[in-house]
Amino acid sequence: MPSEEEILSKVQETLIDALGVDDDEVGPEATLVGDLGAESIDFLDIVFRLEKAFDVKIPRGELFPENLASKDAGFIKDGIVTLEGLDELRAKIPHADIDKLAADPKVENIQDLFTVDMMCKFMVNKLGS
Amino acid sequence: MRWFWVDRFVEFKSGESATSIKNVSLAEEHLHDHFPGFAVMPGSLILEGLAQTGGILLGEKNNFEHIVILAKVPKIKFHSFACPGDQLRYHAELIESSDEGGRVTCTAHVGERLVAEAEIIFAHLDNMDESMSQSIDQKNFVFSMGLMSILDVDTLSQAVNTDS
Repeated sequence: MPSEEEILSKVQETLIDALGVDDDEVGPEATLVGDLGAESIDFLDIVFRLEKAFDVKIPRGELFPENLASKDAGFIKDGIVTLEGLDELRAKIPHADIDKLAADPKVENIQDLFTVDMMCKFMVNKLGS
Repeated sequence: MRWFWVDRFVEFKSGESATSIKNVSLAEEHLHDHFPGFAVMPGSLILEGLAQTGGILLGEKNNFEHIVILAKVPKIKFHSFACPGDQLRYHAELIESSDEGGRVTCTAHVGERLVAEAEIIFAHLDNMDESMSQSIDQKNFVFSMGLMSILDVDTLSQAVNTDS
């Protein structure tokens, strides 16, 4: 299994290629949508590249779950993620920093869960299991 | 004019690669404006030809069950031109494919000369998130609008060339 530094470096390389960003932009805390400008199709591109780089299969929705903020989910009230919602997110994306979201659980902050560090944690779990 | 930017497939390895050709002709209206006195095939249409080649390659792998749309072009580089009388040879290799879409790398050549190289990502529109898939008519507009007749040209050409 590659070291965490190697994983970070491969993840960063993936994002540089997929999003056309510079290497000084992809620090661990960088958010994919807010800081790096990723759009929906980019997530598909990123998953393809990670699969190639790490030689693993990443099933749909495992790294980047979809429809997190959908009305049907029932985990959002008045633009705020409820406690149940936060628990659900913890279960669904254990590789993301849910505690940070819990500190300011506005719906629009959900997308900030997708960070470089979150991708690295996912890959560490994926390769370790 | 019809939206065919490939004339014929010359090689098709299911799920792996496809090669097609496009004959550039001065009968194409746009070449008279692009550019006056310097007729070269627009790069965007070379990209479209590459996307049609790669898109059919991906579509065929899934028996044309998905609505394959060009989603993203992470890389395209033009090295040279194609002008009337040239035959462009498009080659696409399917690098990744999943329920959600696929990725191809492709090249365009005139003879040995490299004209363009690209990487293209396709999405299966019918498998995208609900907001997208509901906004479209579920009819497969990509493969039901005649694009597939490109493959018939191949059969026709084989028949004609065998008879002669």
